[in-house]
Amino acid sequence: MRVKVLSRNPDDYVRETKLDLQRVPRNYDPALHPFEVPREYVRALNATKLERVFAKPFLGSLDGHRDGVNCMAKHPKSLSTVLSGACDGEVKIWNLTKRQCIRTIQAHEGFVRGICARFCGTSFFTVGDDKTVKQWKMESPEYGEEEPIHTILGKTVYTGIDHHWKEAVFATCGQQVDIWDEQRTSPMCSLTWGFDSISSVKFNPIETYLLGSCASDRNIVLYDMRKSTPLKKVILNMRTNTLCWNPMEAFIFTAANEDYNLYTFDMRFLESPVMVHMDHVSAVLDVDYSPTGKEFVSASFDKSIRIFPVDKGHSREVYHTKRMQHVITVKWTSDSKYILCGSDEMNIRLWKANASEKLGVLAPREKAAMNYNQKLKEKFQYHPKIRRIAQHRHLPKSIFCQIKEQRIMREARRRKELNRRKHSKPGSVPLVSERKKHIVAVVK
Amino acid sequence: EEGERRHRRLLEAISSLSGRKRRRLAERTEASAQVSEFNVSTKGAGEKLVLSELLQPIRPKSALSGVKKELTRVKQKAAVELPLSKEEAKRVVREAAYVTTSKDVGKWQQVVLQNRRAEQLVFPLKQDIATVVPLEQAVSAWKARTPLEQEIFGLLHKTKQPITDPLLMPEEAASLQAMSLEEARQRRAELQKARVVQSYYEAKARREKKIKSKKYHRMLKKSRRRKALKEFELLQKSDPEAALARLEELEQLRMQERMSLKHQNKGKWACSRAIIAKYDLEARKAMQEQLAKNKELMQKVRVELPEEKPDDVPEEDLMSVTIPTIPMGTSRANPWLLGKPSSPAKEPEAQEGQGDVLEPGAAESKEEMEEEEEEEMSEEEALLQDFAQKRHVRQQRAGSPEGPGADATEAVSEPLGDIPVPPVCAEAEASTGIEPSAGIEPPAGAQEGVLLWQQLGRARTMEDVEALASEEHVEEPVATGAETGARQPVATGAETGARQPVATGEGGIDQRGVITEAFAGDDVVADFRREKHKAEQDAKPQPVNLVLPGWGEWGGSGLKPSTRKIKRFLLKPSPAPPRKDQHLPHVIMSEKRNIYAAAHQVSELPFPFERHQQFEQSIRAPVGATWNTQRAFQKLTAPRVITRSGHIIQPISAEDIPTAARPALEPVPGQGPGCHRPHIAPGVPR
Repeated sequence: MRVKVLSRNPDDYVRETKLDLQRVPRNYDPALHPFEVPREYVRALNATKLERVFAKPFLGSLDGHRDGVNCMAKHPKSLSTVLSGACDGEVKIWNLTKRQCIRTIQAHEGFVRGICARFCGTSFFTVGDDKTVKQWKMESPEYGEEEPIHTILGKTVYTGIDHHWKEAVFATCGQQVDIWDEQRTSPMCSLTWGFDSISSVKFNPIETYLLGSCASDRNIVLYDMRKSTPLKKVILNMRTNTLCWNPMEAFIFTAANEDYNLYTFDMRFLESPVMVHMDHVSAVLDVDYSPTGKEFVSASFDKSIRIFPVDKGHSREVYHTKRMQHVITVKWTSDSKYILCGSDEMNIRLWKANASEKLGVLAPREKAAMNYNQKLKEKFQYHPKIRRIAQHRHLPKSIFCQIKEQRIMREARRRKELNRRKHSKPGSVPLVSERKKHIVAVVK
Repeated sequence: EEGERRHRRLLEAISSLSGRKRRRLAERTEASAQVSEFNVSTKGAGEKLVLSELLQPIRPKSALSGVKKELTRVKQKAAVELPLSKEEAKRVVREAAYVTTSKDVGKWQQVVLQNRRAEQLVFPLKQDIATVVPLEQAVSAWKARTPLEQEIFGLLHKTKQPITDPLLMPEEAASLQAMSLEEARQRRAELQKARVVQSYYEAKARREKKIKSKKYHRMLKKSRRRKALKEFELLQKSDPEAALARLEELEQLRMQERMSLKHQNKGKWACSRAIIAKYDLEARKAMQEQLAKNKELMQKVRVELPEEKPDDVPEEDLMSVTIPTIPMGTSRANPWLLGKPSSPAKEPEAQEGQGDVLEPGAAESKEEMEEEEEEEMSEEEALLQDFAQKRHVRQQRAGSPEGPGADATEAVSEPLGDIPVPPVCAEAEASTGIEPSAGIEPPAGAQEGVLLWQQLGRARTMEDVEALASEEHVEEPVATGAETGARQPVATGAETGARQPVATGEGGIDQRGVITEAFAGDDVVADFRREKHKAEQDAKPQPVNLVLPGWGEWGGSGLKPSTRKIKRFLLKPSPAPPRKDQHLPHVIMSEKRNIYAAAHQVSELPFPFERHQQFEQSIRAPVGATWNTQRAFQKLTAPRVITRSGHIIQPISAEDIPTAARPALEPVPGQGPGCHRPHIAPGVPR
């Protein structure tokens, strides 16, 4: 009699060596894996919840300044070094990994108005209320007093400084925009258009001959260094405090405005901004782009910082702490992982750019799970339950109330306009889009 | 005094002769009572003015022409414009600078758009490729230290072996340098392509060789023969001697044929045929054919004149070729054949669209050709094409996943353009809500009427019907998410009955009549009424039965709970609120929306999506590893932006751009690096 026995080929289930991965037989028959949408929905919901659970963006604060931090600069070559200038004229250089101050310089009398590092990272420049521009070495001297390499005495107060991205040229602003050669004590050229104090000047990081500045008579002016001439001026409703160029898109820049909004402009079409970013409830004081050019961070007088995607009108993240006062300056580090903000109450704070991101090395499976979760969150982001959890942020009472108040005000304004339109001759009250509303004029 | 005047006159005359007239002012030499403003003075007191003297200055042209010239010159000269004010001038400079600068910056547009659309961006953009240090460089830093090493090196030196020299010989290095990596890649790609083309060609040849159809091969042979004939004719004209040589070869072949036993009814096959031939007509015929062929082959080719030798056969297919009874030239000359219209050739073309159905006409012609070789050349060509096309269609069918039905409709639709469905059918489908894909197949009766539809004025295409159907769908609210079963109130069904068929077309067909005829069997309105009634009944709250038989009394088979108990424990719900479609006879409004499910559902279409189907599709496709292969899972979950911790991301620069997009960014070669000029590749959208 022949007996039939079950027999299997050992090659199908036995590993060749014990170092091989275990073979896991999979059956992709969709009938065996039903309910894919509900199951993924649940996974997305869990991922979203976990994201909020792990959202702990605050990493630490750097304290040591004896007055409000007025300006900061990134080291162009070292990720762990950051420079900051305070309102008492002190400049500190920090080591981020150790979270320590490694050097302190009494650079100016009065405020340090601006600070910037040279593109090679060997020296940095400061401007202060004492009408001087000083160049300092990045390394501390072996012994003795800290002395600047060069000091330039100006006639007027300088309010800002920025260094060229490739050449030994820097620009200061005050009553006019001055462009300096590092080797000379007088400016190469002075660019003026109107008579008002200019609060900040920034070089374009891609087309390095371009400059943008914002003045206190509510305008933003663009300059071309090669032709040493201003190009165009756009006047907004309120004053622009700073602007920042997109490091990946040569013609895009974002301006931080006093009217609580940020405006992203395309420099070729200044008639209306590409995007109006609104979420802050007080004046926006500083803005800095992520080095990937996809997002930017803004610091506001409302004691919070917000992260905006470039193409979205509202922020994706808001950071605040109880002790953080008016945030004056903010920087996004060059590896695009961290955010630094300097505020009134003498501290520099270090934040993660992605609140729930796990720091350190990830195992491949961890990475895969993270990517999958990210994708799920993206896929189900429009579902109300998930959106509610993903968008929920705790806010301090002051900000929360102000947001509510402003919503009411906006609604009232809208209603009034609607009523006016309804009760006046058709066409006499035109519809003005939000983007056009804030632009007063473009001056050629 | 008189002499003096004369002398002056003489001088004047002489000076006037020399062309340029220099009129000197009359000098006043002495005091005079009257001084004329016209430079006319009388000499001395009491002397009279002579008219001729006065007339002398008014000569034609002399002085006035100069004045005229001056005048015209003054007239022509425009006044110099005032210089621009300083402000204005600056403004002009600024404007010009702005235009050029924004043009300069605009060259990044393409790159920016590309990056914005990119599926994945990896930062830093400039990936440093791990460079392999050549061995010789790594070795050169190393020195012999130990005595053994030194000894060995000494030996090497003695024998003049290369020690620090590059490992590559100069020729090798040169050959390496000769071709860059890029070039090598291009070269390899070219070679690959050539190989692929060759293999295609081979495969095609093999395929054609495999074709079993006799007819096809006959056609092929015929065409080949025709080609050979043509060539031969050409050869005759261009090079008679070569043609003669060719003829000689033919003669040789004929001799061979005569020597051989081929076609002599002596082969195995022929013997077997011979046995059957007594009874089988076909076998007899075949044998006779063979004999005839033999005769033909052995027939001597008559050489009269090299020019008039159209009926000569090339060597290629001498085995089958008879001396053509109707060669090209004669067939053209033959009025009988000319009279034959080319309509039989046209016919198969017209029917090509019918697909694989072999038309009877062609089959008949097949038999005809067996007997008579005379056929119109164009017809043969058409048939050949027909074959090729059929083969093509067959391959397509094998490749396409769709069933033969779809293919048939495709074939039908081809000659008709984009009107596969008669408007009547389309209308009927739309109005009855039948899924359009089910209706693609035209009714059997319509097969003949294919050409007729083309003439109808405006026909609705399938796309239109689909679009119409989808538009109807759009009005439904979006309902997706965990539970897709729950639906918002939807008004359906009524349309089926209420919808009016569109009035007749120009053909005069009463569509309404057609539709009523088509749906004669079913009473749509009654169906709908029944459906609504059922929906109403279902929606009514049902009484809850909480009766427990045997509780407090005897229970068992045949025993019923008491009526009192039933009355007590049968809970009657309060009547439902009046239905919203109470007074709407043509509408059913479902009120079954599940609010618990709705809390999880998306209530309005999110921004980037244009249709709710798109959105639903995006949700429906799972991304997890449970439903996808590992590779697909990785691809689906690849992050948009990858950054590496600890790496500084520099702003984008022209070097980071892949070479494909780069030409737009590079400055014009003639200019220095400092001056950027707009240099934009053509076709870059601004």
